[in-house]
Amino acid sequence: MTGYIIRRLIYGLLVLVGVNVFTFALFFFVNSPDDMARAQLGAKRVTPEAVEKWKRERGYDKPLFLNEKMLGTAKVTNTVFFEKSARLFVFEFGASDQGRNIGYDISTRMWPSLAVQLPAFIIGLLVYISFALMMAFFRATYLDFWGVVLCVLMMSISGLFYIIGGQFIFGKLWNLVPISGYDTGFEAIKFLALPVLIGVISGIGGNARWYRTIFLEEISKDYVRTARAKGLSETRVLFRHVLQNAMIPILTGVVVVIPLLFMGALITESFFGIPGLGSYTIDAISQQDFAIVRVMVFLGSVLYIIGLILTDISYTLVDPRVRFS
Amino acid sequence: MTPLIFPFRFELLWSDALVWLLVLTAIGFAAYTRNHPHLRAPWARVARSASGMAAATVLAAFVLVGLLDSVHYRAALPPQGGKTAYATEVRSLLDRVLEPLRLTREKTYSAPLATHLYAKETVQGPDGSETRVFPRLRHGGAHLKDPQADWGRDVALKAFRGLAFGLLFWFVAVLGVCAVLARSPDSSIESTWREAWAGRTAVPWRAVFCAFGLMCVLIGPVVALAPYYHVLGTDKVGQDVLYQALKSIRTGLVIGTLATLVMLPFALVLGLMAGYFKGWIDDVIQYVYTTLSSIPGVLLIAAAVLMMQVYIENHAELFPTTEIRADIRLLALCVILGVTSWTGLCRLLRGEALKLREMEYIQAAHAFGVSHWRIMMRHITPNVMHIVMIALVMDFSGLVLAEAVLSYVGVGVDPSMISFGTMINSARLEMAREPMVWWSLAAAFMFMLTLVLAANLFADAVRDAFDPRLIVGGGRP
Repeated sequence: MTGYIIRRLIYGLLVLVGVNVFTFALFFFVNSPDDMARAQLGAKRVTPEAVEKWKRERGYDKPLFLNEKMLGTAKVTNTVFFEKSARLFVFEFGASDQGRNIGYDISTRMWPSLAVQLPAFIIGLLVYISFALMMAFFRATYLDFWGVVLCVLMMSISGLFYIIGGQFIFGKLWNLVPISGYDTGFEAIKFLALPVLIGVISGIGGNARWYRTIFLEEISKDYVRTARAKGLSETRVLFRHVLQNAMIPILTGVVVVIPLLFMGALITESFFGIPGLGSYTIDAISQQDFAIVRVMVFLGSVLYIIGLILTDISYTLVDPRVRFS
Repeated sequence: MTPLIFPFRFELLWSDALVWLLVLTAIGFAAYTRNHPHLRAPWARVARSASGMAAATVLAAFVLVGLLDSVHYRAALPPQGGKTAYATEVRSLLDRVLEPLRLTREKTYSAPLATHLYAKETVQGPDGSETRVFPRLRHGGAHLKDPQADWGRDVALKAFRGLAFGLLFWFVAVLGVCAVLARSPDSSIESTWREAWAGRTAVPWRAVFCAFGLMCVLIGPVVALAPYYHVLGTDKVGQDVLYQALKSIRTGLVIGTLATLVMLPFALVLGLMAGYFKGWIDDVIQYVYTTLSSIPGVLLIAAAVLMMQVYIENHAELFPTTEIRADIRLLALCVILGVTSWTGLCRLLRGEALKLREMEYIQAAHAFGVSHWRIMMRHITPNVMHIVMIALVMDFSGLVLAEAVLSYVGVGVDPSMISFGTMINSARLEMAREPMVWWSLAAAFMFMLTLVLAANLFADAVRDAFDPRLIVGGGRP
């Protein structure tokens, strides 16, 4: 088990190296730093001096991989690749193109993100599973049929409309919550209620339908028939046997997203004005701040890989049949 | 002798070329499928699904609009000095059809079917006094002499006439279908009609007729009213919202189909290679797709689109017109979306190839000395096509929805290109206005919901028909 986890970790690290090289290539081969400088400065007032100054201030004036002018290890370390990409592995994020400290920004902004995402995740999971269980319990009845219809209808609506509609109904029409904004402490609850609610509702369609499929697949298995043959009630079969066994496929999709909760949701945060990492990323994109986008790509991959490893570990915990060698 | 002057010149944008290539492939595939009973069987199952066929009917209408919008041309300018010049603007056939909508621009917002602007304006009376009034629209309801008195009657009359024409068209079309169905000598149109409505035909024609009837009932009045009014209102710059919604359809369709198709060859070749060869090839390919899939999709798309924007800005000379630039951006977005969705399909295909390579008929092919390449092409590829087909239709609706979100983030299509995303994005701020401007959002909502819902229902029908697990188990779980 330990050996397995160590091997997974090493593989994860290898994948991160791949992500790192890939993003570096994406950001520095498609366009030269000169191009980026010109895009940032705006095409009108670009002079060679301004471009040089922009690059020097942000450390883009060095060679990409090998600095011939330096001696010893500085040949490798005093390059764009080392400064901008390799340092990410020790979580040194450096400064953004606007000169802000990215590491500090991330450490302050991930908490509001988590404050929206975590409740939405937990409540969402409970709602989706209960809804799916209900449909599975009443399978092949009108309740199940209309439940599926509702799910398909709900998953056909763009997430943007859930947010716009929610803001309109709860914020503007009923005046229950402020439309957007954020606060610290307990005051935050009134700002968080709507984003969390919308986050849960917008996921019902796809998730409940997916869980329903999992439950139904589990219900058609032999052990369920055996359980019924023993004379167990349908409720007991569903909650004791099916739910427990269906948790294994559900875990695959669920555990992997837990670390990503830190990253926040781009659209939700920007609509509700929550100062989390999602709106941070959106701002970076609209300001064409390449440094922040690069860091976020890397961070996202790190969290995703952690999620994958957690999934593997959780498998061994919930499913005694799974043994990794 | 004067040279022959065409009044227009066709302009084949890159996305058009791909769209028509796709259409040709689909036609070729359909013709091929017709002659092969084992390929026809799953499609016959799709054709027996009522919801699937109703959805297909609605989708067909969307595809028709999208295809009309994929024939681009440049109109000829009045000849000067013997030379024919062509306009710099690239128009599509849909633009031509919708000319009454495209050219009737108002000053700013106006509500659906309105005769007056939505904003008050200062108007100078004949005596020099200034008053704040809602001015009359330039085009919407301009034929009415006294809007207050005539408006309701006029709208109702035109809508009713459109409805009548819609129903008539529907009736004729349904009769036509019945006539085609009743070709065999022992059935008449009348009996086919009765069979179809009783739901006793193999193909659920009743569902198709209902879906088509619903469309006719909705489209008829709109067509009748559109030349006289802005049926869905106008937006901030006075452009007709109905026109925008119809133009958005092509963008959505292109993204929904091309994004998967662009990356399909890679997913197919790499996925099959990984599963078939195993060993280090499998390791390398697995590493590549694990790496790509470990980057959160939106961030990868954002990074790639940002880089593309910078590239386009710095190489403006490569893209002479805004249409070409927007088109290239659309294609690039398709490729990027394809890269992010490619990994899932690749993994599925790898798993299937792993299973298939152990099958006896593959072993037999090996024993006969058939080359690896030929085994993969002849023996494995046809047996994974159902996965490809399911992935293609299942991805479609997600991609249409993703486009809207990405355009909102600012990494979607070119801002000059009309799409559901740009419509929502520009209409978003109007919600805060008092009184509210709701029609842009409502139009985008209705069109998107219809398109995505139809796509989802059709995708379900295709999945149910193609997935061998579901068929063996006796249809739906």
